[in-house]
Amino acid sequence: MSLLAVVIAQEETVEALGASALDRLIHAFGRGLAQGSIYALVALGFVLVFKATQAVNFAQGAMALVSAWFFSMVLVDWRIPGRWMSADRYVEWFLSLLIAIVLAIMLGMIIERLIIRPMIGEPLFAIAVITLGLESILRTIGSDAVTVTNRSLVIPWGARSFKILGATIFWSWVATVIVTALAFVAVYWFFRTRYGIAMRAVAFDQEAALAQGISVGRVFAIAWASTAVLALIAAVCFSMSPFGVGTVTVATTGLALRALPAVILGGLDSVQGALVGGLVIGIAEVMAGNYLATYTSTLGTGYALVVPYAMMLIVLLVRPYGLFGTPEIRRV
Amino acid sequence: MFGRPNLYTSYKAETSVLPTWTQRVAALLLIVIAVTLPFNLPVFRDLPIIGYLGDGDWIRISTTALIFAAAALGLNLLTGVSGQVSLGHAFFMGVGAYAAVYLGGEPGSRVWGHGLPMWIWLPGAGICAALVGIIVAPAAVRVRGLYLAIVTVGLVFIGIHLSRLLPEISGQAEVGRTFPELDLRWWKEEDPVVSFADDGRWFGFLDVTERQATYFFALGLLVATVIVSKNLIRTRTGRALQAVRDRDVAAEIMGVPEFRYKMIAFSISSFIAGVAGAVFASFLGRVPPETWSLLLSVEFIAIILIGGAGTTAGPLLGAFFVVLLPDHLDHFVSWMSDQAIGSSVWGRFWDLFVSTGVGDFGFVADFQPAPGSPLPSSLLDSVLYGVLIILFLLFEPRGLFGIWIKVRSYWKGWPFTY
Repeated sequence: MSLLAVVIAQEETVEALGASALDRLIHAFGRGLAQGSIYALVALGFVLVFKATQAVNFAQGAMALVSAWFFSMVLVDWRIPGRWMSADRYVEWFLSLLIAIVLAIMLGMIIERLIIRPMIGEPLFAIAVITLGLESILRTIGSDAVTVTNRSLVIPWGARSFKILGATIFWSWVATVIVTALAFVAVYWFFRTRYGIAMRAVAFDQEAALAQGISVGRVFAIAWASTAVLALIAAVCFSMSPFGVGTVTVATTGLALRALPAVILGGLDSVQGALVGGLVIGIAEVMAGNYLATYTSTLGTGYALVVPYAMMLIVLLVRPYGLFGTPEIRRV
Repeated sequence: MFGRPNLYTSYKAETSVLPTWTQRVAALLLIVIAVTLPFNLPVFRDLPIIGYLGDGDWIRISTTALIFAAAALGLNLLTGVSGQVSLGHAFFMGVGAYAAVYLGGEPGSRVWGHGLPMWIWLPGAGICAALVGIIVAPAAVRVRGLYLAIVTVGLVFIGIHLSRLLPEISGQAEVGRTFPELDLRWWKEEDPVVSFADDGRWFGFLDVTERQATYFFALGLLVATVIVSKNLIRTRTGRALQAVRDRDVAAEIMGVPEFRYKMIAFSISSFIAGVAGAVFASFLGRVPPETWSLLLSVEFIAIILIGGAGTTAGPLLGAFFVVLLPDHLDHFVSWMSDQAIGSSVWGRFWDLFVSTGVGDFGFVADFQPAPGSPLPSSLLDSVLYGVLIILFLLFEPRGLFGIWIKVRSYWKGWPFTY
């Protein structure tokens, strides 16, 4: 997979920033936290779709790529709304992000309306495979679009960093962690609202929810729209420091696959599982990359990328539904 | 009995491989066509649509389709018949290919190999893949449904990493190594008894080119796989697998040990995958480890879904459809751009879709444009791929085979609708 090769090349340059062991630890921990937050964001998207529609959305990485491409078009090519106003850089950037979020919501709702809703009642496997087909379409178009020109996202805080005890911490890591915290708080709050309760009811039993007068279709639409938004935010974070240099790359499509271990570790239908799984997987990946680097000759280059999958397999052997997932009750 | 495909008068008739005369005639025709196709007979050459199919390149593509059909039948046993969704089929094919190259490849200064003949490395590839399948199965049986699909995704990544870890077996990254040739020797003699990778004279009168020879080998492999899978489905084991697919708890209550049959499904499926992977690798000659990626697995899922999961004919149809699609698409796009250059009404129509030069509007281009819009026709097939998967799942979940069933039931009742 050439996508992974790109990421590995970046991973090779694990800087030994900071002199002392403590500095290295803090640096690695911060990086792991940022990386884990991105995984947690993607995992949250998986969980929302799984809770509402009982499907695994393999197209999440491709949706992230396409919506980040839209964002870059809005921000750089069309300069909306920057061309009409002369506000602060930050204000312009966040306004563009808002427009991109609206576009992502539209993308999610169109996908849901066109191909997910007609599949209600079909086997879950069929819905998972339909998202694989969607992935193929979006990935091809999206990666064709982002390989021609460097799709920059002009991150306002750029690659600036600050020091804690001599360990370098990038501002984008802080931003990623904050955004993830906000997203999880928002989802927790959402599950207390009217539609959140409706979504929980749909997750519990679709037909019973329908019988109670809940519009299952609208719940589906909300779930897919919020997944698309989470994918966009994850893609923006992915383009920043721990993984990228501020441009949208084709590697974004691999994001969903890299976050899968986090989803499985936490359990496919658990929101707190997504958070815990994402952070654990992210920190484990970075720590393994930093502290096992002396064994690279035995473990092979790029072993840090396999660590999440190995952890996932081990956890599944012990707990087949992840750490927080609800076991499926099987009846005849 | 004629015209009533679902009427069986005896149990023996119902379980026979080809229960109706239509199926017998169709199977016979298929075999005749498959055997005569690579010889570029005048009959095929003059047919309007398949005229261009007779050239040498097309034989290579259909050889790929034959090998893919065999591998897809393996996945079909696991996913279609026993209902275990696996995205790890490429991994098992890779295991088979590397077992084959370890046993049969030429040893070099930086690569391992034993140079053994094909009658050892081909079954060896299958057995190694089956053993790996048996090792993986206990873990895979514990998880079910979509969790299993995701676990097998993990398998693919771990497999690619392992192949990077052992360049002695898999060769350099992005380059790979030379795989053993498809030829039959008793032991390590100089001249093979029969070579499937070289021009030769068979049975004393039949001159075959290299490509035709490989085609026939792949055809033989496919026929063997079809016989195995068709017969497996109608035995006790096959019925048990279908029971596990339909409702695993119910199957267990009826006395079908779920664990054992899932193990059986995994091992047979990986055996077929291993053999097909070995043949595919040696057909290509040189394979980088990245070949056995998730995309290949998805391609097999697409094949069995487009063809029709759970049937034997389905994966065959699906494999030909999916493998031949890019080639046909290329021809179609270049035909469209030929039309678009003309100034007739149809030319205007096709011009809307195809871009004939830089700056011309269109969705696809038959020249290789800079990345960005329009899509080159080489990328169009992976878009179309996704579109086809979606369309089939939305409108015809039983695949191409389901279309055949619909056509059959229409004519069965004609002129009535039922």
